[in-house]
Amino acid sequence: MRALAWMKRNLFNGVWNTLLTLVTAYLLYAVGRAILVWAFTEARWQVIPANFRLFMVGPFPPEAIWRVWVALAIFLALVGFTAGVVVRRRYLGTAAAVAGVLYLLAFPVLLPSSRLGLLAAAFAGGLAWLLAGSIAPRLARRLLAPVWFLGTLAAIQVLSGVPSQRWGGLLLTVIATFFAVVLAFPLGLLLALGRTSKMPVISLLSTLYIELVRGVPLVTVLFLAWIMVPLFVPEDFRVPQLVRGIAGFVLFAAAYLAEYVRGGLQGVSRGQWEAAWALGLSGFQTVVFIILPQALRAVIPALIGQVIAIFKDTSLFVIIGIMDLLSMAQVVLSNPKFLGLEREVYLFVMFVYFLGAASLSFLSRRLEAAMGLGKR
Amino acid sequence: MEPIVKMENVNKWFGSLHVLKDINLEVAPGEVLVIIGPSGSGKSTLIRTINRLEPIQEGRIVVDGVELNEDLRNVEAIRREVGMVFQQFNLFPHMTILDNVTLAPTKVRGLSKEEAERKAMELLERVGIADQAEKYPAQLSGGQQQRAAIVRALAMEPKIMLFDEPTSALDPEMIGEVLDVMRELARSGMTMLVVTHEMGFARDVADRVIVMDEGRIIEEGPPEEIFSNPKEERTKNFLHRILHH
Repeated sequence: MRALAWMKRNLFNGVWNTLLTLVTAYLLYAVGRAILVWAFTEARWQVIPANFRLFMVGPFPPEAIWRVWVALAIFLALVGFTAGVVVRRRYLGTAAAVAGVLYLLAFPVLLPSSRLGLLAAAFAGGLAWLLAGSIAPRLARRLLAPVWFLGTLAAIQVLSGVPSQRWGGLLLTVIATFFAVVLAFPLGLLLALGRTSKMPVISLLSTLYIELVRGVPLVTVLFLAWIMVPLFVPEDFRVPQLVRGIAGFVLFAAAYLAEYVRGGLQGVSRGQWEAAWALGLSGFQTVVFIILPQALRAVIPALIGQVIAIFKDTSLFVIIGIMDLLSMAQVVLSNPKFLGLEREVYLFVMFVYFLGAASLSFLSRRLEAAMGLGKR
Repeated sequence: MEPIVKMENVNKWFGSLHVLKDINLEVAPGEVLVIIGPSGSGKSTLIRTINRLEPIQEGRIVVDGVELNEDLRNVEAIRREVGMVFQQFNLFPHMTILDNVTLAPTKVRGLSKEEAERKAMELLERVGIADQAEKYPAQLSGGQQQRAAIVRALAMEPKIMLFDEPTSALDPEMIGEVLDVMRELARSGMTMLVVTHEMGFARDVADRVIVMDEGRIIEEGPPEEIFSNPKEERTKNFLHRILHH
């Protein structure tokens, strides 16, 4: 009854609103019905399972696929370890549930070996989580950085058994995003500090760089990195496409990150600087212990927004011939067997991007909530 | 006895605004000096030059035998020996009270974490907020925050404490608890320079009161003399305004 009363008050109060409600309802019905009918009767979804491997890893040689599983296991172990150190237990239930649903969704599509590989990788993650919980918190915290460093090196070492030209699909998109973010972050931090610096030369150069990069389209930076990076290394050393592509992203994203961080820096009150100085902290200590933690906390949503943007923008790799997730769609569609299935293929690719972006976004909100405690 | 703070012909400008004019001041070790005067008279600026939060353009400042100059090492050496308490507390909001207090002793003095925490708890106990150690500043009342800020400064074992209107941002019912801590500190022999509008505190605790107006020290002397028998017309006006509002 309350629903009826609500509808009467909000949807059918007066001639115009009633008319508007009816028209909108009809449009929603028509469009929704058309999509559902198409999805369940006409759409030929078989194209997705048939090319699932291509979407996930591109032209990665099937006999070397164990390398991907090992790398994934290492990555999940790192994530698990980190979760064990920083995240409270109740979020782990949510994470496990989401992972479980995705696993069940993908289950029919996966090869038996992949089902096993995924389980093994998840197991590695769980094990690392338990390990992190069993050692002293302070030690675990201190181990975090070296563990990530070594783990990342190991994962890349394992993957490098296959030349990077043959990495592709979601695997490549994730790798590119990871390295673009990890490398762009320190550069962005330095640029932000540089721009707010009192030394005129440093401030001017940083400002110049930031404004220059922000003033041009990403595609041009990508092209430029693609052409320029080989100029900086010895001639007989061929820089892999992927490295050049990532370099472009790093140069581009750093400028945006720098501006977000600068916003955060300027939001920290002058009193914080003065209190730190008055205690005898050096300028460096003040920045590291007092200013940056507050500045970064304030701009976490913007920073994660930038990470999501990088994740989605890696689809521009298509242009410089790197085989990321989106270019896999083109590869599949150019196969005569799958002619005319653009809708199915692109909807699927959209769905994968959306899953990635949505989970990052969820992570951002959790992080904000977890860190909001000390704020005034 | 050799003065622990010595200012000679100090002049300071903010742009074209002349905010400190020919300041000459000596503070003896253990002395409690209260600085009063109308707002905008340069009181805060004066004490902020002592740990060089405000640089000066003319004159000399010597603190504990070290001359304040451009040399960053001298500045940091002096800041280690001079504690400061701010009007707005300026606690670090992303750290617990305990971390606020132990940060400088561990990072600047090189104390071990355990040693610093032991000392911090002792001090927090002394000002009555040991039970708040694990909380964040935002979870404390204004009075508790200011007491924590005093502890943070004391943890560095400074020889001099500067107080920049420490009770001006507090609700009236919390002023007393902060002044009590300052009284106790004064009795313990700490050298203190206090900018305040709390005339009662000045009367009870100060060894000497100086009155500032328009960037100058216009009058100084023991509190009973300043409060009951001021020589300067401007001092009389100021005291009249502040005591009978």
